[in-house]
Amino acid sequence: MRIPRKDGTNIEVLLVEDSPGDVRLTQEAFHGANPSVHLNIATDGVEAMAFLRNEGAYTHAPRPDLILLDLNMPRMDGRQVLAQIKQHGVLKTIPTVSLTTSDAEADVEKSYQLQANCYLRKPVELEVFERLVRSISDFWLTEARLPQQGPAGEQSN
Amino acid sequence: MQILNRATDRMTIEVLLVEDSPGDVRLTKEAFLEANAGIHMSVAPDGVEAMAFLNRHGRYSNAPRPDFILLDLNLPKMDGWEVLARIKSDASLRTIPTVILTTSEAQEDIEKSYQLQANCFLNKPVLFEDFDSLVKSINTFWLKEATLPRQMVYALSSD
Repeated sequence: MRIPRKDGTNIEVLLVEDSPGDVRLTQEAFHGANPSVHLNIATDGVEAMAFLRNEGAYTHAPRPDLILLDLNMPRMDGRQVLAQIKQHGVLKTIPTVSLTTSDAEADVEKSYQLQANCYLRKPVELEVFERLVRSISDFWLTEARLPQQGPAGEQSN
Repeated sequence: MQILNRATDRMTIEVLLVEDSPGDVRLTKEAFLEANAGIHMSVAPDGVEAMAFLNRHGRYSNAPRPDFILLDLNLPKMDGWEVLARIKSDASLRTIPTVILTTSEAQEDIEKSYQLQANCFLNKPVLFEDFDSLVKSINTFWLKEATLPRQMVYALSSD
């Protein structure tokens, strides 16, 4: 069983998102939907991979229980991040959900080809976005069974 | 081959249920059809039938391509692990969201499922009300909120 953090949260979600507005929206929506969630932010793909690999400033970053991944980002876009995660022996089991404004069939197909666990279109309207975050929380963090911390079995801090 | 539109009103959603227990088949079918009248559910009672269905072999030559697969682990002839591994190693099948729905709660089964790239792992509840609630949850998240890969691309890339 996960030991809650000092602030009481015990579910780690990594949001990979370059838009500060969307970051804020997501933070607020998760806080409303599930206060047990600790939302970690990476603002581009390079930062995301450093976080996941515990490199540099992220040496003690927790292994996420769920990754929400925007596709269109500077430096390294979501597709590359997705490919790297799903080809990584240890990281590939982390449920990784594309969360993006695109509804292009090619993007959907590509995400599933790269083994994204799921693809979600990011809604524009606030209430719809909040409902979507609640839906993500209800399904992935309550109904679904998730893999554990990984072979090292570290507890989150 | 039918080309599906990417309209917000989905055309029939094809679900493949791979499940050997007739009781669970019935429960699942009823619960899904009550939750979503737009579903057509096909059933494969074991892993061999499931692969024949997906590969359109023999009597399944006109089988619809599923938009979504629910897969039990404990199956006769070919177990769920092998079905999952085959789906996810097949370039044309691997994009189909494949969700494990099984009685096991063992952490090693959960790990193995995600290792094999199952899209999700769900524990099958024992109580009817809980089962019904889970099906509604699956329906809401996967068949309404989520964007599924659709048949159009497959139609263009097949034959």
